[in-house]
Amino acid sequence: MKITTPLTDEVVVTLHAGDKVAITGTIYVGRDAAHKRFVEALDKGEPLPFDPKGQLIYYMGPAPAPPGKPIGSAGPTTSYRMDPYTSRLLEQGLKGMIGKGNRGPKVREALKKHKAVYFAAVGGAAALIAGAIKKAEVIAYEDLGAEAVRRLEVEDFPVIVVNDIYGGDAYEEGKARHRVEG
Amino acid sequence: MKEIQAQGITDTVARLCIEANDYLGQDVIQALQQARENEVSQVGREVLGQLLENARVAREEKMPLCQDCGLTVVFLELGQEVRIVGGDLTEAINEGVRRGYEEGHLRKSVVDRPFSARINTRDNTPAIIHTEVVPGEDLKITVAPKGGGSENMSTLKMLSPAAGRQGVVDFVVKAVDNAGANPCPPIIVGVGIGGTMEQATLLAKKSLLREVGKPHPDPEVAKLEADILERVNRLGIGPMGFGGRTTVLAVHADTFPCHIASLPVAVNIQCHSARHKEAVL
Repeated sequence: MKITTPLTDEVVVTLHAGDKVAITGTIYVGRDAAHKRFVEALDKGEPLPFDPKGQLIYYMGPAPAPPGKPIGSAGPTTSYRMDPYTSRLLEQGLKGMIGKGNRGPKVREALKKHKAVYFAAVGGAAALIAGAIKKAEVIAYEDLGAEAVRRLEVEDFPVIVVNDIYGGDAYEEGKARHRVEG
Repeated sequence: MKEIQAQGITDTVARLCIEANDYLGQDVIQALQQARENEVSQVGREVLGQLLENARVAREEKMPLCQDCGLTVVFLELGQEVRIVGGDLTEAINEGVRRGYEEGHLRKSVVDRPFSARINTRDNTPAIIHTEVVPGEDLKITVAPKGGGSENMSTLKMLSPAAGRQGVVDFVVKAVDNAGANPCPPIIVGVGIGGTMEQATLLAKKSLLREVGKPHPDPEVAKLEADILERVNRLGIGPMGFGGRTTVLAVHADTFPCHIASLPVAVNIQCHSARHKEAVL
């Protein structure tokens, strides 16, 4: 199915673990170092570099843009490292994250509570994924280099729903289906 | 005595950094194609198809396969009849990394002061350099950029000798199961058994350089590799963790004699972007 950002509750309730989704619109990019700063800003009562309400954060640090392209290779990074920060952002109205790999129980509970979704992009398909990114600009923490916060415009950015608001988990379900005992 | 210019080493390392990041090895491509034919999960087959397509796009557009262009691991086999002239060997390698990562539009992913400020060094140096002095008058350079996501899932255990073969198998299977979807499966699993703590981890890492799926020459080790492969592919994790039979493309193990009290086992996890290129000077 196709969705556009920002995300609303009406859309979030229709998403289920395992669904293939193509995202169009604005998404924000931040990974480890940026998340640390997001939470430090919230602790001090300062605003985030963007209003997270209804938005998606893509856990990614791109390769430099080669001449003539908006961005270099741009696949997801492993998400569990952002687990300690995620609930704080969901409390601010963030509606979803894109990354790869398993999330901890606290994040999965927070997704249910705040009606948000965790998507996975295909890790290591970074040159292919870059083709879905039409524009990219650094909007904060430029000193972090590859870890700076970026705003992207994407078209039919391909993801799969991993964790939905109903407690579904595409990794657990997929593994259970294909596990061979013994 | 053969003289090798430091500048030649820099040029070679710069070229290898770019080639390793942009061109997936034919052995990995074949393993992915084979996996796509055998995979029972539909989403698994689709993911494998995307990884093959990604390798094509990266090659044709000269883009890195993965945005994580790795920490640059460099293996040197330095002939004892070689003399390096015109500069410092370590600096020559780091200059090659600096140039390759800049010219190749590769991501710089190294931070200094790891437990505190974590400041990006901005040129992907320093490289991790492993040097072995060997007979002869050649210098073999292997550049193996290593991504952080799969490296983070790597692990070591100092087993008790009583744990034996079964203990080794169980430890490796548990490591792959715990890693789950995180290290970008299908993965290659490097296993180092024996030696000391640091030797086991080096064996595990070096075994990742082997042609994918080529068994160890010692039949006993080859059998261990095959048995572990069979076990890990029953876990059901599958391509990118969405379920399937292709969790691991290959298990590469190697051994070294160890202390009578020890049985070290190191597991080095390598994502499907299994990158390494080599040259001989």
